[in-house]
Amino acid sequence: MTIAQYSLSEQAVLILAALVLFTSFALLAQQRMLASIHVFAWQGVLVAASTAMIAGVYDKHHLYFSALLTMGLKAMLMPWMLRRLVERLGIAHQVETVVRPALVLLGAAALVVFSYYVALPIEKLSSLSTRNTIAISMAVVLIGMLMMVARRQAVSQVVGFMSMENGLFFAAVVSTHGMPMVVELGIAFDVLVAAVLFGVFFFQIRDSIESLDVDRLNRLSENSEITGVRE
Amino acid sequence: MADLLTLNGWLLALLQAALFVAGAPLLTIWVKRNKCRLQNRRAPSLLQPYRDLAKLFRKQVVLAENASPLFRCAPYIVFAATVLAAATIPLLSTNLPTAAIADMIVLVGFLAVGRFFLALAGMDIGTAFGGMGASREVSLSSLAEPAMLMVIFTLAMSAQSTNLSSVVQYLYDAGLVLRPSLLFALLGLLLVAVAESGRIPVDNPATHLELTMVHEAMILEYSGRHLALMEWAAQLKLMIFGVLIVNIFFPWGIATELSASALFIGLLAVTVKLSLIGVVLAFAETSLAKMRVFLVPQFLNLAFLLALLGALSHIILEVDI
Repeated sequence: MTIAQYSLSEQAVLILAALVLFTSFALLAQQRMLASIHVFAWQGVLVAASTAMIAGVYDKHHLYFSALLTMGLKAMLMPWMLRRLVERLGIAHQVETVVRPALVLLGAAALVVFSYYVALPIEKLSSLSTRNTIAISMAVVLIGMLMMVARRQAVSQVVGFMSMENGLFFAAVVSTHGMPMVVELGIAFDVLVAAVLFGVFFFQIRDSIESLDVDRLNRLSENSEITGVRE
Repeated sequence: MADLLTLNGWLLALLQAALFVAGAPLLTIWVKRNKCRLQNRRAPSLLQPYRDLAKLFRKQVVLAENASPLFRCAPYIVFAATVLAAATIPLLSTNLPTAAIADMIVLVGFLAVGRFFLALAGMDIGTAFGGMGASREVSLSSLAEPAMLMVIFTLAMSAQSTNLSSVVQYLYDAGLVLRPSLLFALLGLLLVAVAESGRIPVDNPATHLELTMVHEAMILEYSGRHLALMEWAAQLKLMIFGVLIVNIFFPWGIATELSASALFIGLLAVTVKLSLIGVVLAFAETSLAKMRVFLVPQFLNLAFLLALLGALSHIILEVDI
């Protein structure tokens, strides 16, 4: 079974999956705050579009609702919230320096290969045409994690976290054609609440260390005298 | 490759190479005319590049006192290498004896030979601009070439051949299949093409501004027929990448047999496709600004990343173990 034997809409699902992976790479490489939030929004759009395509191809009507939810939450509401947050924090046009960007991208490519090998035995158990995308969704999760490791800015770590969630949702959609609606709704609102809480945290972190660079959290004990003086 | 040894095949290959060489200035002026129209300027006539070339061929060659024989040989070598590279590309028909001899890696090799001598000639006179242009050209192409090869490997994995004719034939026979690997390979090749043929945003062929020029800096000392050959080679390079993009990724209409009607349809199809890509290029060049030289490595890294993703997505999504 090669790709030429699938129907055109099944091929389109695979294209969308590959584009989701590409947006993960773009997120990892993007150093401008506002631009990376936009890339995150596009990832949400692509995940929603592929969910809708899968719903159409396999005639799973409840997935249309999931696609709508993803579109509304991950492609519109959360990017909008993050954007407003970033503007209020005054870091919208900040350029974050990534240490060794080329090495991080190569690491991400290695993660894709790794998740391919991990997903191989899982794929053998399935006969869906979307089974090959399990590796892709796993790679999206791992790249999101890599982004949280590689970045120091709290906001871009949160974007990495959200894209991990995108990957998890994508994995659920392509491997089992969607989780039960209760679970899906639960996760969606969890992430929404997380986004609100992160917003509060950003202000807390900035108030206590006057920066969103989380590396500086390590130096709290050294700075205790200074904070003492300020109080 | 049934027509490898027939006279007709070789005649067609020669004819096609001649058409390639003759048509290259036409593509360049087509892009220029579209840009002029988009920028509300009066467009030059379609024959202008031919008149320019004819004028340069008639003019006397002025050589610097310290020019070595290499400086005089370089235009011929560069032009010959580019023409040979063009000859391996299926323009009208996939059934080419030249394609049976040379594959895509040889094509990259021909382009590299041309670039090597171009860079040497740039440094030969010893002016600052020539050296600067040569160093930029070599450092950019050392990043563009791996990306180009990665695109070729991605294509070769799908078609199971590095032979350009076989690849085009395979993709033509497969019909409309949406392959993620081809999408990424196309995007990667587009970026490589922009960098290699010296267009905006990597290089601007229309300017002689000292801080930004790459290709023009190397040929600054050339005049007369030498300059004509160098410029023609640059126009050929644009044509090579244009034809590669349209004939690999959109092979519809290309002749798969050697009949007059099929060849005529092939000619018509490739003309239409190239003129469309010329319009796209003009739009892109009008809407983009030239980027700083130090940002170009990032641009080419993106090309390499796209090509790598193409190869990975072929393995992950398109084949079953």
